[in-house]
Order: sequence, then C-alpha cells, then structure tokens
Amino acid sequence: MSTPPRIRDRPEDIDLAPAGQQLEAAPEEQLLTINFGPVHPSTHGVLRLLVTLEGEVVRDLSPIMGYLHTGIEKTCEDKSYWKVIPVIERMDYLAYYFNAMAFCGAVEGLLGLEVPKRAQYLRVIHLELNRIMSHMVWLGTGGLELGAISIFWYAFRDKETILDLFEMSSGQRMHTRYFQVGGVIEDIPPGFEEKVRAFCAEMPRRVDQIEAILARNEIMLQRLRHTGVADERTLLGHGVTGPLLRAAGNPWDLRKAAPYSSYEDFDFRIPVGTVGDNYDRFRVRLAEVRESVRIVEQALDGLPEGPFMVEDRKVALPPRHELGTSMEALIHHFKLVTEGYRVPPGELYYAIEGPRGELGCFVRADGSGKPARVHMRDPSFVNLQAFRDMVADGYVADLIATMAMLDPVLGGVDR
Amino acid sequence: MPDATGLELLAQEIGKHEPDAVLDTIYFRERGTILVDPAHVRAVMDVLRDAGYRFLSSVHGVDYYPDEPRLGVLYELLDMESLDRLTVKLRVDTGAPEVDSVVDVFPTANFQEREIYDMFGVVFRGHPELRRILMPEDYEGFPQRRDFPVGGEPVIFTYNQNKVPHYTE
Repeated sequence: MSTPPRIRDRPEDIDLAPAGQQLEAAPEEQLLTINFGPVHPSTHGVLRLLVTLEGEVVRDLSPIMGYLHTGIEKTCEDKSYWKVIPVIERMDYLAYYFNAMAFCGAVEGLLGLEVPKRAQYLRVIHLELNRIMSHMVWLGTGGLELGAISIFWYAFRDKETILDLFEMSSGQRMHTRYFQVGGVIEDIPPGFEEKVRAFCAEMPRRVDQIEAILARNEIMLQRLRHTGVADERTLLGHGVTGPLLRAAGNPWDLRKAAPYSSYEDFDFRIPVGTVGDNYDRFRVRLAEVRESVRIVEQALDGLPEGPFMVEDRKVALPPRHELGTSMEALIHHFKLVTEGYRVPPGELYYAIEGPRGELGCFVRADGSGKPARVHMRDPSFVNLQAFRDMVADGYVADLIATMAMLDPVLGGVDR
Repeated sequence: MPDATGLELLAQEIGKHEPDAVLDTIYFRERGTILVDPAHVRAVMDVLRDAGYRFLSSVHGVDYYPDEPRLGVLYELLDMESLDRLTVKLRVDTGAPEVDSVVDVFPTANFQEREIYDMFGVVFRGHPELRRILMPEDYEGFPQRRDFPVGGEPVIFTYNQNKVPHYTE
C-alpha cells in the first residue's frame, strides 16, 4: 500500500503559479462538465450554469435561463396601459420603481406628456432610495456568498428602513405601483420628508461601517481583488452597462449622459473603478450608495410645489373630491377605470439608468387601449453574456465571487 | 438624438455604401428610425458602426399582425460619444423569417437574437447557437406572436396529465 501524496503539507509543495500555468504542467487532467444550479444557493434565484472544469479551473461556462420565465411581456399585451404597471414592476423584483419608470417614460413619450416638476422630483427620490435598497440586497446576499454572514444583517437592516419609507409613501413595501403615467399616484404624506432626511443623515455613517468591516478585510481582498477581471472593450462589446462597466473605468451613466426626470438639476459624481475586478465592482456600488443619498437630499431640498400628476383628465384620474360635484369628472373616472386611455400609434424605446445598468422599455402602441408590444431590455439579462469572459481560466471559487459581484436578478433575466 | 436632417444625411451615407438598403426613414418623437431591407442589415450595421454607433443597447422583436410583412426586428444603436440613439428596423415575412445575424460585430446581440428566435421565430443566419433561451427547448410555437393566445399553454394537473399533448414524450 502506497502512501498518499503529500499535498500542501510543506511550504515548498505549494505552487504559487497562476492557475492556468499550473495545469499546463499536468495535461492529463480531464475536462468535467457540471451543472451549477438551477437550485445552487449562490445563483441568486434559478440560474443554471453549465460549467466545464479542468481540475479546479473554469474553462467554459454557458448560462441557461428561463426557469423563472413568467411571460410578463405577453401578459402586458392583454392589459390596458395603467394595468401594465403592476405586472411590469415584478420583472426585476429589486428595481420595481425603475421598471415602472421605464414603462411610464415610454408611454409618456408616446402620449407627448410633460410630467410636472414635483412628480419628477418625487420620482427621483424614490428611484434613488430604490437604488440604495437594491445595492443593500446585493451587498447582503453577495456577502453571504463570500461567507460574510454578519454583513447580511447590517445590509438588510438598512434595506428594511427603506422599505418602511416606501410603505409610508405608497402603502406597499415592494411593487408599490407608485409611479403612474403622467406622475405619481399621490403626494408624499406628512412626516415622510423628516423620515427620509433622518435616513439620509444615517446612511453615510452606515456605509462607513460597512466599509470598515469589508473594504480592507483580508478575506474580502483575497476573494475579490484581481478576480473576475474584464476589460472595458469586452464589456462594451457584450453590451454591459451600469456599475460593472463603471468599475472598468468607463464613466457611462444615463443619469448624466441623457438626463431624464430632472436628473440634470442634481449635483452628483459618478464613481469609477480602475482595473475592473470584483473589488472595483464592490467599491463602485458602495460609492454609488453615497451619491444616491446626496441626490435624495438635494431632491428634498429643492422639492417644488405644484401638482404631482398631469392635469390632463384623459390620462390622469380626477381627484376624489371632484367626483361628487362634477359630472365630467365622473365620466372621466368611469372611462379611465373601465377602458383606460388610448395611446396614439407609434414605437418608442425609453432607457433609464437602473441599479444594474441600462434598463430600457420598448413600447409599441397601435392606437388601442392596450400596448401592442412591451419589451424590457433588462440589464441583468444582457450583463450575463459577459460572465464567461470574466470567469474563464480562473478558479471555480472565483466564479462564486464574480457571480456575487455581477448581481444578476433572475426575475429580470427571465421576465 | 439625430434631428430629422441628420437622419436623412445618415440614410444617404448608408445609400452610398449600400444603394438599395434604406427603404424609409421615420422621425417620431425626436427619435430617428431607419427602415432597411432585411437582406442588407449586416452591411448597414457595419456602416453605422463605422459612423460611430458602436454600442448596441437592445434588440426587440415585434409582431405587426395583421400588417404584412408581419415580423419586425429593431436594433437600438447608441453612439456613446455624441450621445445619439438610432433605431434600425427591418420587417420580414412569417413565411421565411430569415435575417443575417449581427453577433460577430455586436456580441451583445447573442442572447437578444436568441430571445427573438424563441418568441417570434425569426431565424438569424450565422448565429453561433440559435436555440431557445427562455422557453423550454422542446416547446412548440412562438408565444409572443400576436395570434398566439394568452393562456395558450395548458396547465398540467394530475387529472389531465395524459391528455395534454407532448407532455410525456
């Protein structure tokens, strides 16, 4: 009986050469193709990855999706425009305000509506709070995949605070249906501003704490630095946008490049990374949280008075108090609730900056009360294409770290 | 966004390289759309790429039922330097819905063309792996077409599991 080989027993046995070079010395290693998921705990839902391994090194990877496909785009074609909003919010379930914003923006473009300034500011407040919330969920679940359990509780504490704010303004914690075509459903309640201000005062301190725990943590540095690197050219070719592209050094952000919903009024910076590894992605997202807090504060400071919804009675519901006294208001209410409004024929693609990148909504109207086609360009779906280039020829453990920092939301991928 | 004049100039620029490619230009809500002949879409995309539209942000499939030709494919191009968006649109028949793939110039079209194939049945010639992406691989029909009914898929319970077609094979 032979003794088993001594592996990593003595310091001189440990091979410090990069993974690819080590394997070239052992060409007899066989390729092994395995399924990662669809129920693997770190796949953020039901993503299945067909991974080809050579020893511990990933040689090929192909994502297989569709396990969460719910046909929302088809469902939208059977609903009047205002009823589309609640279903479309459920696509990327961590960015529901963004989904609603993309759809409302497209329909407003087709209708030629000008949204009141106050509604635009209210939208910005909720969008940026949603961005922080989405990044907190990313941080918590991403931390879990790297073995950091405690950060999950810190991140979800702040996420819950934001959900409480959403509950206060709209009555719902998730899928709030707060954004309407032409504005928002109702004004913010008394006391909301103070709560948001208190949150904004607290949040930068929380980010400081998170950075104190993670940013120079030895385990985090070893797992994230120089792993999952993809250069800017590759990412642009694959259509990657958002924090992943900014981590590679390209400061592309639709909020600056093509401002919508009054983003041009606010002073904020765009964090960028330098090398485009997982650590840059981590730092870029955390820095974005700080910038989002600044935008929310500015939007509260400059929140204009005025209507929160367009005055056009053909699109917006009349206020409740008018129904008792005005016959016209009653007719408009009845028509809007039963039939909805008609949108003139046309096609429009409306893109906004979601928490994961360019979130675009394509709407084709055929003149009837229901959209003829709704298509969502979801950043998670497009960004997944770059995954193979990020993890190829790296260790399988880095695949998990890269997936954590890629932050795909499978509700958005499969729609 | 290119203005109406800029759109015409761009269409002429394409016409210099590909005389028969541009069928129409549409300027709607400050957005330019170029309707091209499906046979020339690859060449048009090359020209536009050289003209600065280097980022393909999205590809949509549309069914124009009952208009003919029924199916449409829309490419949303973006010029990140001059902040221009442009839509390239083509229409194909359901009889032979074949379009040249643009994956080799825009790798991002890979998943999106697969999605359009999956949902509308448009075949992209030269696509590296044209398989269904969101629907199951053994699925029959193209669910996003307008004549495919909502609820067109039977829900399988114990009582009807043997009657629902193609369930066991």
